[in-house]
Amino acid sequence: MAAGDLAATGRDYGSREPVVAAPPPGFVRRWIFSTDHKVIGKQYYFLALFAAFLGMALSLLMRWHLIDPDRKIAWLEKLWPEGAAGGIMTPELYLSLMTMHGTIMVFFVLTTVPQSGFGNYFLPLQIGADDMAFPRLNMASFWTTFVSFLVLIAAFVVPGGAPLGGWTAYPPLSGVGAIAGPGMGLGMDLWIVSIALFCIASLMGAINFVATLVDLRAPSLGLMQLPLTCWGWFTTAMISLLAFAVLLPGGVLLLMDRNLGTSFFLPAGLVVSDRALQHSGGSPILWQHLFWFFGHPEVYIAILPGMGFVSTILSTFARKPIFGYRAMVYAMVAIAALGFLVWGHHMFVSGMNPYSAIAFSLITMTVGVPSAIKTFNWVGTLWGGKLWITTPSLFALGFVSLFVSGGITGILLGQPAMDMYFHDTYFVVGHFHLIMGVAAVFAMFAGTYYWFPKMFGRMMNETLGKAHFLVTFLGVYAIFVPMHIAGIVGNPRRYPDFKEFEFLADLKFLHTMMTHAAMSTAAIQLVFLFNLFWSMYRGSVAPANPWHATTREWSSDEYE
Amino acid sequence: MSIHAAATHASSSPFGIGSKKFGMWLFIVSDALTFATLLVCYAYVRMANAESWPVPFAFSPSVLFSTGMTLVLLSSSLTMVFGVHAMQHGDRGRAVRWILLTMMGGAAFVVLHLTEWRHLISQGMTPAANPWGSPVFGAAFFGITGLHMLHVTIGVVYLGITAAGVGRGRFTEEDVEASGLYWHFVDLVWMFVFPLLYLMSVKP
Repeated sequence: MAAGDLAATGRDYGSREPVVAAPPPGFVRRWIFSTDHKVIGKQYYFLALFAAFLGMALSLLMRWHLIDPDRKIAWLEKLWPEGAAGGIMTPELYLSLMTMHGTIMVFFVLTTVPQSGFGNYFLPLQIGADDMAFPRLNMASFWTTFVSFLVLIAAFVVPGGAPLGGWTAYPPLSGVGAIAGPGMGLGMDLWIVSIALFCIASLMGAINFVATLVDLRAPSLGLMQLPLTCWGWFTTAMISLLAFAVLLPGGVLLLMDRNLGTSFFLPAGLVVSDRALQHSGGSPILWQHLFWFFGHPEVYIAILPGMGFVSTILSTFARKPIFGYRAMVYAMVAIAALGFLVWGHHMFVSGMNPYSAIAFSLITMTVGVPSAIKTFNWVGTLWGGKLWITTPSLFALGFVSLFVSGGITGILLGQPAMDMYFHDTYFVVGHFHLIMGVAAVFAMFAGTYYWFPKMFGRMMNETLGKAHFLVTFLGVYAIFVPMHIAGIVGNPRRYPDFKEFEFLADLKFLHTMMTHAAMSTAAIQLVFLFNLFWSMYRGSVAPANPWHATTREWSSDEYE
Repeated sequence: MSIHAAATHASSSPFGIGSKKFGMWLFIVSDALTFATLLVCYAYVRMANAESWPVPFAFSPSVLFSTGMTLVLLSSSLTMVFGVHAMQHGDRGRAVRWILLTMMGGAAFVVLHLTEWRHLISQGMTPAANPWGSPVFGAAFFGITGLHMLHVTIGVVYLGITAAGVGRGRFTEEDVEASGLYWHFVDLVWMFVFPLLYLMSVKP
């Protein structure tokens, strides 16, 4: 009987043989060029795991440099003979580390793990589908992402090194080539190509996710019966479909400005490194519009799947259904939609009509409403529940805490008058690391501890997991709360050295503390890494449904 | 076991639209935004350079020529409709012939377009400069029409694959419909590009 007939008859599907296809023969087809959504999900996860530790190492180098900018580190010169001549990190090297840290973390960790990693593995299982709608397209998305990552990393080793422009790559300096500094030549080109490839991979992934969710649900499974994890992936895929479609042409135009002599983002009269440039007619603000039309939705791409994980995990461990399911769904859709209308709040200081600023500000405040709905519903889910304290539930609770802490400062930054002061200070760095960075990372940890038994058939060690949670939770607050204070004092971000600023001299203690907190938090991540790989081979064998969850993936007999 | 059995990635679904067709619609949504981005950029730079923005195209031959290109492309949409129609009636032979005719229309459009490009380049227009005014005019023109031409070229190859698949009996009606959606979308984009880039650049 064809699948179509089954679908037409509705509930007759129980009588059919399960379609758990035998894995394809041969190592390459099974583990490398696999079309199996579970293998692809794991490929994404491990690629991002590597990227996360690389990105973290770069941030430690920056923090270590900040507390004593004149320190000589001999091995640094071996890695970067020009960037750290004599073992002392140059400002250019600092900026390139910052650029690569931001780019790796935003694209290859925050965008990759929650959506492409866990989403690929669990979306089909949770909706009762055999695989994604387009398995070969799925494989192509992963390998495009992989190539994109290699191209980005290649920027480290080409002459000039990695670019200095930050993850936002603002022109004019990102558009004029090598005269803007080391890394702004070939390194910057590689950066743009990498991001363009990443856009293409994400667009293919988004098409796959939406088509799977709409077309391949079990016949009796309505949209309003989906687990909230699926709603997180669904809304995120819709955002990706629209946002990356804008960044892609933006990147191509920037490449044209750099290599074909066009002037989309370059105004007349530019003098860079004592050289007058021939460009005329373009506007750097145009890039900012394009970038942030993508960039703001991007932060929701990082956080929405995490909201889904946390909803499911809190409900599982409170032993209660999620409180206010419909409100949770509407809030996610509202956050996704509003995300496309607030890009201007990143540009308050770029020169903007005050009336536009008020409009962007009001819409930005409005995002607080669905966010608050979600927070109260998570609290409502816990209320009167019988909370089972495990590592996944701790990380989920930590997510709620970080989401609130990071979200509240968003209300401050969303107001033009306050943003004028806070713009480009450490206040912003603290804000977005809490809400976009660490909150999303906590959701990934929660997802890892929660789904590990399903993905690998064994349990992760709970004692190590709880220690990991405790140190990480205290550590991230110790790193990022002081950043808000430094920002209020007026400490600018992206500066490799504050010695010249007398009014920042008193912050030395604060920066030293932040660096030590960062070192400790990074050290405990090695415990996580050990727990992950040790448990894969030596953990206790997991029962079919260790957390007594109610979603479908636990009753599936598919493992990989 | 029931949870596996519900759906496969065959083309039918409980919601009445096949995955391939739906996937193509999603691609079109996304690609429409890509073209919209470029057109917004064009509007932005044109307004920012209002005084120096050139309007260099003469009615004859420039606009007449590009109107001819438009006719060729639109006709190829019509032949595609006939191709889909033939496929819906199970006539694979006629479907293949209509698709081949569509491909010829697309290829003719690309050839005419490249002829026009050569003509403009010979007049001194490049992405970086032009003899008439703001250099961004050439950048916007070649950028937008270039991306569109790339879409048409990919479309011709895609239709070729579709025709081969239909001819060998491996492709279904849905495959032809999906390629038809793509082709009509590319034509539709031209219906924005043509007035905004050509008709708004006619010499007064």
